[in-house]
Formats: sequence, C-alpha cells, structure tokens
Amino acid sequence: MRASRLPLSAGVGFKPEHFAAISSIPQPLGFFEVHAENYMGAGGLPHAQLGFLRENYALSVHGVGLNIGSTEPLDRAHLARVKQLCDRYQPESFSEHLAWSSHGGLFFNDLLPLPYTEEYLISVTGHVDEVQSTLGRRLLLENPATYVRFAQSEIPETEFLREVARATGCGLLLDVNNVFVSSRNHDFDASAYLEAFPVDYAGEVHLAGHFVTEDDERSPLCIDAHGSPIVDDVFALFESVIARAGPLPTLIEWDNDVPDWPVLLAEALAAQRRLDQARTLRAAPAAA
Amino acid sequence: MTGGDQDVFVLALRDPGAALPRGVVAHNSAAPRKRFAVYRNNVAVGLAAALEARFPATRKIVGEDFFNGVGKLFTAAHPPRSPLMMFYGDEFPAFLAAFEPARDVPYLAGVAWLEAAHTRAYHAADAKPLTPAALHGTPPAALADLRFILHPSLEIVASDYPIVTIWAMNSGEMELAPISDWRGEDALVLRPGLDIEVRRLPPGAKVFLQSLAAGDPLGLAAASALAANASFDLAANLAALFEGLAIEITNEPAEERLP
Repeated sequence: MRASRLPLSAGVGFKPEHFAAISSIPQPLGFFEVHAENYMGAGGLPHAQLGFLRENYALSVHGVGLNIGSTEPLDRAHLARVKQLCDRYQPESFSEHLAWSSHGGLFFNDLLPLPYTEEYLISVTGHVDEVQSTLGRRLLLENPATYVRFAQSEIPETEFLREVARATGCGLLLDVNNVFVSSRNHDFDASAYLEAFPVDYAGEVHLAGHFVTEDDERSPLCIDAHGSPIVDDVFALFESVIARAGPLPTLIEWDNDVPDWPVLLAEALAAQRRLDQARTLRAAPAAA
Repeated sequence: MTGGDQDVFVLALRDPGAALPRGVVAHNSAAPRKRFAVYRNNVAVGLAAALEARFPATRKIVGEDFFNGVGKLFTAAHPPRSPLMMFYGDEFPAFLAAFEPARDVPYLAGVAWLEAAHTRAYHAADAKPLTPAALHGTPPAALADLRFILHPSLEIVASDYPIVTIWAMNSGEMELAPISDWRGEDALVLRPGLDIEVRRLPPGAKVFLQSLAAGDPLGLAAASALAANASFDLAANLAALFEGLAIEITNEPAEERLP
C-alpha cells in the first residue's frame, strides 16, 4: 500500500502572496501543501484560498505544532483543531515532524531535536498512535534537520523512524534537504543514510534550500532555512532516492525570502523532470 | 534526555547566559555553543518576525530599533503559549500601554490595539451582512424592540487620540501629513466579506454598538448613545447596521438565544 494518496508528482508549499498567480491559470503541479496552523482561524481569506486549492489540486496538510517528539502528553485541544481541519478539507496527506516544539505550556515556534533512545521511541510511538487514531488517518512523519546531537542517543535516526513506522503503521516523509543538512552537521555520509532509510514507508519527499555557516570549530554548519534554491547536491541525492524507490510525491519548500511565483514553479518543474526521468527509466525493459 | 531534561533544554533556549543542556554535543565538540545558538536564534527571530508581521504601523511609528527592543522585552515576558502564531501578540498593546519609554508616544498602544484587532478580523468567522430586506414586515412600533447580532469580526478600539488617522498614515492608506484636527477617534474594525475595513466611528456610535453587542434592544441602545452624545445620529447609525455591521435580527433577548 502506498503511504499517501498524493500524486507521484511535484508540488509546492503554498504562500498566500502567490495566490493571484496560482489561481489565474491551471498550474502544471500535482499538489499544494499548507502548514496546518496557518488555517486554524475561523474564516476569512486563508480559508477562501485553501478552499480554492482543495477544489483544484491534491492537498497536503503539514503540521508544525503537534509536538510529537515531546515527552509530555499531546495537547488534545490542538489535536482537535488538526482533526477539524483535516475533516473539513480531506487532504490526501497529513504530515508532522519527528521533533518537539512545546514544553511546560510554552510554544517555541521551532522544531527542536530529541535523543534517539528507547524511552523516546516509546513516547513518539504512543503520540503517533494517538494522532492516527484521533484523526482516523495515516500520518507521515518527517526526518528532522538538526544542529546538535545527544550523547544519550543509542538508535540511528533511520532505525528510529523505521521502528515508529513499523509499530504504528504511519508513513514517513523523507526530507532530502534535511538529510543533507544533518549529514554535513554531524559528519556522516548522506548516501549511506538514504540507503538505510526505509523508503517503502515514504509517502512524500521534501526538497528545500539551506545556507552554510561555521560552528565554533570553524567546521561547516548547514542551516535549514528554506530561503534559497535547492542545491545540486540535494537534487543528486533526490535522484538516487527516486532511482531506488520510484517517483514519489515531491514538495518544494520555500518559506523565507519567498521568490516570485515563476521562480518557485521552475524549482518544482526541475523536480518534476527528475520524477519523469525516474519513471521512464523504471518503465524501460531491463537491459539484457 | 528525559522529560526533566527537556526542562533544561528549554531553560537554555530562553536564556543566552545559561549553560548548554547536558548531553548536547557535536561530532567535533563536547560544548557546541554556536550550534545550540541556532535553536535560540530560530526562536528569537521567529517571535520578532511574528510581531513585525502583526504590528507594521506600530513599528513604523517608533522605528525599527525601538520596536525590536520593546519586542524582545515583550517576548521574554509573554512567550507564546499556543501553536497558533497568527494570534501571538494579543497582549502586546497592553504591554506597550504600560511601557514607560513609550510614554512620549501616547497614541502608540491605541494603534497597536487597532492592528491586533485587524488580525483577529482577518481570521474571524465568515458571516453574511444583513440587508434592509430583513426589516420587511416589521411594524414601526416594533422597531425599538429589535435586537441585532453584530458581525463576528467587528471590534471597536476607542482612543483619546486620532488613532484611525495615525494608523492610516502609517500603513500606506493615507499620505503622511500633519494632523490639524487632533482629537480622539474610535476605530471600527470589520470584515464583512474578505476585505478588512477600518472606519472612524461617528459620535455616539461606540456606545450604540456596545449596547447592541451586549444584547440590548435597538430603542435602549439608541437612548444610551444619545445620552452619551447629543449629536448621535440614529438614522445614519441604523443604516450602518445594514452596511456590514449586523448579520441577524432577533426578537429574543440574548440569554434566551442558543449559543
């Protein structure tokens, strides 16, 4: 069974400033993705625009506030808002992050890292179970971009994700830029990570831009900033993923310094070309 | 890291002077300060951006440096408690009103209140404005007993300063110019359709609308408004109810209506 009902084509993270351009003519895209929390007001323009997207395209709802990686209980009121949104718009996919963002009643508006231990595995698995049973739908869980690691971590990230997916039946969202960023930040081989990643669970891919700075030791430090074009190295990793797994729903995220619509669309079409190539290669008869 | 250790992570996140949480390491360092600072920076930048997006006219009035300074104090004192960041900063106008260094700009908090209401109107529930046809068949004698349900987006921001004019001049709605007629203005913030309207309320309208919002019948609301301001114009204010301000007419007192 496929891990999501999104089409196996390129999509774009929706920005309201692009609405006029997007709604003027049909776009050559498979789907749009929105951040769930931006559509939790009662009405107005956000819902009018989301209604248009829902009517004309496949839709992915991507949450940033469910706090799945926290050791605290889930915020039931927030989970209820997510359910209301999913019930109203019936997205082809709902996804969230292997991260935490709230603690002790405060919300930090960032995706914070967790140690990969048995204790956290049990906690995350419980949270994913609760989200899926409350929403009555399958969740895709996204691998994070991280800047530090924890001395206590004892499970490789790919194994942690595989175990959550196996235990809960959730799918995974493979963010290839996050893999690249983390591989640079933690000095591991991104290709080896992708080979270990359980792609059978992958229901969507994210691609985005990042920038590079330096840490205290003058080593490169990659920041997952979503404010620039996708670099060639990330596209190359993406090609290796779809060569192995076949085409996957692939989203371009560009959340800061948002460019004009044609620039963003061109990024999506660059991903679409690679999806088409992967499809063609897989369709070709195996060489004798 | 256990739940208790997430407490430690949070303390370090909020306090740049705090030590790194135990167990936070990097492949090349046992104390990756700069790496941890990425999280601190993400949090700080995100909150500053949320205030900047919600209070652009307030920011324009005091300038970037002042705004960033007061913003930092506000975010430290009032960190977000909900993932709904679009409503972050509801307490910012009250914070500004009590902020000593802003005392020279006495209209600042009023403008911020107007901007906070603007965002709430943007996200308020949709509701169709009432048309005059709703009055068909109502005998004139029964008019005074009618109760009006006001639009869910409607908010009034009263001020002793010309906040509507100042807001308009600092949000691109009006040219910046000296204000010759310096007097208090009551702002009406409303979103009858998808577009938000900011109107200057005429004399007595604030009392009239607050009375209607409290569930008073039209006659009582009009009398209260007239008592508050002798130049209250009932005909004009009644007409305004059919220009987006009201969504329903009922004969039932508020306490007998279902929520």
